[in-house]
Amino acid sequence: MFRFILSRVGILIPTFVGVAIVAFAFIRLLPGDPILLMSGERGISPERYAELQTLLGYDRPLPLQFWDYLTGLLQGDFGNSVVTRRPVLEEFMTLFPATLELSLVAITLAVFIGVPAGVLAAIKRGSWFDQITMGAALTGYSMPIFWWGLLLIIFFSGYLGWTPVSGRISLLYYFPQTTGFMLIDSLISGQEGAFRSAVSHLVLPGIVLATIPLAVIARQTRSAMLEVLGEDYVRTARAKGLPAFRVVSVHALRNALIPVVTTIGLQVGVLMAGAILTETIFSWPGIGKWMVDSVFRRDYPVVQGGLLLIAMVVMVVNLAVDVLYGFINPRVRAR
Amino acid sequence: MRLTTQLLAATALALSLGATAASAKTLVYCSEGSPEGFDPALYTAGTTFDASSATVYNRLAEFELGTTNTRPGLAESWDVSEDGKTYTFHLRPDVKFQTTDFFTPTRPLNADDVIFSFERQNSADNPYNAYVAGASWEYWNSMAMPDLIQSMEKVDDMTVRITLNEPNAPFIANLAMPFASILSKEYADQLAESGNEAQLNQQPVGTGPFQFVAYQPDAVIRYKANPDYWAGKEPIDDLVFAITTDASVRQQRLLANECQVMAYPNPADIESLKGNSDLKVLEQEGLNVGYLAYNTKQEPFDDPKVRRALNTAINKQAIIDVVFQGSGEVAKNPIPPTMWSYNEETKDDPYDPEAAKTMLQEAGVENLSMKIWAMPVQRPYNPNARRMAELIQSDLSAVGVDAEIVSYEWGEYLERSKAEDRDGAVLLGWTGDNGDPDNFLGVLLSCDAVGNANRAQWCNEEFDAKINEAKTLTDQAERTPLYKEAQEIFKQEAPWATIATSITFMPMRSNVTGYTQDPLGQHWFTGVDIEE
Repeated sequence: MFRFILSRVGILIPTFVGVAIVAFAFIRLLPGDPILLMSGERGISPERYAELQTLLGYDRPLPLQFWDYLTGLLQGDFGNSVVTRRPVLEEFMTLFPATLELSLVAITLAVFIGVPAGVLAAIKRGSWFDQITMGAALTGYSMPIFWWGLLLIIFFSGYLGWTPVSGRISLLYYFPQTTGFMLIDSLISGQEGAFRSAVSHLVLPGIVLATIPLAVIARQTRSAMLEVLGEDYVRTARAKGLPAFRVVSVHALRNALIPVVTTIGLQVGVLMAGAILTETIFSWPGIGKWMVDSVFRRDYPVVQGGLLLIAMVVMVVNLAVDVLYGFINPRVRAR
Repeated sequence: MRLTTQLLAATALALSLGATAASAKTLVYCSEGSPEGFDPALYTAGTTFDASSATVYNRLAEFELGTTNTRPGLAESWDVSEDGKTYTFHLRPDVKFQTTDFFTPTRPLNADDVIFSFERQNSADNPYNAYVAGASWEYWNSMAMPDLIQSMEKVDDMTVRITLNEPNAPFIANLAMPFASILSKEYADQLAESGNEAQLNQQPVGTGPFQFVAYQPDAVIRYKANPDYWAGKEPIDDLVFAITTDASVRQQRLLANECQVMAYPNPADIESLKGNSDLKVLEQEGLNVGYLAYNTKQEPFDDPKVRRALNTAINKQAIIDVVFQGSGEVAKNPIPPTMWSYNEETKDDPYDPEAAKTMLQEAGVENLSMKIWAMPVQRPYNPNARRMAELIQSDLSAVGVDAEIVSYEWGEYLERSKAEDRDGAVLLGWTGDNGDPDNFLGVLLSCDAVGNANRAQWCNEEFDAKINEAKTLTDQAERTPLYKEAQEIFKQEAPWATIATSITFMPMRSNVTGYTQDPLGQHWFTGVDIEE
């Protein structure tokens, strides 16, 4: 098992360097110059432009800039934002808990609804439940997040008034951000109603962000279950006269889960991408919005640092999934 | 039993605290984005200024809210020397800096604070010149303060003298701009002692109407009314900026009374907002002008007759209706109507395609083909440049001019459009900084700016003489006629087709009183109250 984990970690290193190169090159390949964009219509004199280039280090040859960047990274220095002039890592750490909290809620929703729905749809294949669930999953999968989010806001917040429009907690509550997770902080604060408010603020963005992973997980579970349900050992289990529930949950589901867990791991990337739009609609102060703003401003250090940090999160989660996979499916370890 | 009593006591306390919180007046403003920081001199974005200079800080001179005129601020008065080069500022006595959780002032405002606030931007030797990585003091530099200021000195505790290299009438207006906000030197020194300089940009202390309480990036900024404010405490007790980037969501929050004032509504939603009896919508012309700049060095656009013919061919009202969806109005002068010295008398070229054809014939121009540059970004003075370019293209084709639309990435666009040999007419615009006419006419149309911000590459001696003379006079009454004449010359020569000035809308709950729109585009909450 240890060797298996080690080999997986070994793969991470070249991936990390690859992402660093891509992140560095990607933002520079986009046309646009952070200094020109900052000065806007006001313009900038050539002397001042040169001064700022030197100040920001953009006058150095690209390979040297990359080298500076890499050596900085090794010391944990992700550089400073060109716009806010604050360290990239500091900004990321302030905002990341919000994204993480939202993503955890979304993936939990997606798994706890998606897996049972997929299982049920597989068992009752062809029934109205199957048709409706899979129809809904397809619709959910194809729904533009931006539109879906606004629709929910207008209906639940605007028309029914059940949920707040946006933000993480009602502005009435004010307490220090100890952990950065609003659910935990609101509990610690001991202020009456704070936790409730935090939960109610999570409902709509949680649903919106969960929509696509939920659809994918439900469909994946269904097809994996269908495959497994047709296997000989399931027929044997049935023939032995085991209760239907036990056949499905122990014999079929455990085997069907293997591709589903992989899918869930891959959904982390999707969540990060979805967070960008979801956060923008719900004014959710996470890293998604931060990245979008930075791309528009060509804030090189933030874009490359942010990409790298997000990639690291995705890689670590996928590593965890690989390890988990090893536990669920001993065959992987053996190979 | 003891536990129960304690619990009861705690609950009672919590309830009474809750009651105080409820009776305190809180105004929530749905703002459009996060500030870049809280030291306004470091940045250029209006969002940052709203969160720092308009709330926490004051300046030596201030803009009279709702106008572009200046009035005394932290300087009670100032004297200008005969030659217009020496300004002596007399500071307002007993102005207290804000007392916060992180700073308690021991002395009132004095000349040291003023000198510190400017010196740190001006001199590389100042310890605060590079206190955040890459600090470049953009406005201080772009308003040419380093070239303008010869010296700054403290005459006594309450008097500051600034000597300029040349007379410069907009100087006082410059000092009313956000970058000239006055910070506490005492606070800065304390931070420097503890090696914590960066906090100056994160936990601001000023003399302004509201004091900083807390900021959660991308979520919320909290202020409370400064109890010691020299001009009197504000009617509201707490001010909250709820950062909400999407305009539709801001609107929903306003409708749900989660906030009472919102910035930048979608133009398409204005009508429905106006129709809502719980809301009111203020409106004002923005301090901006969107224009189409011909290259007056390129044939046949070097001929004013051709330029005026093209101006006559453009249906500006259609642009207002389609591109601005009503949130703009036709511009005839190169400065916006809210600016002092705006010339009401000038005549705009009427929309008349037939006349345009004749004018082109008279100028001897046939089968003209040209390029129109369309900006790739949205701006208040031009919400959709591509659409605007298409409308102009079809107007021009109606008079037999063949136009091709080109565009570049924004940074590239700004650079390339400066070139004197640029091919074609450029859509662009300008938003005023300090409310001074020179900030438009001088920056955009002077001979000095050719090859730079003067996208028309237009150098007219008569016009230049007027604006240069006006710049050296400090009396607004003497400057006004010169600027009015300059606008007449501009209209005759037509280096631009002036297209539009935006209209800024501010929707708010109908019980919000005392809100005044700022033509300079900032959002101020001084004097704002909520009726119970």
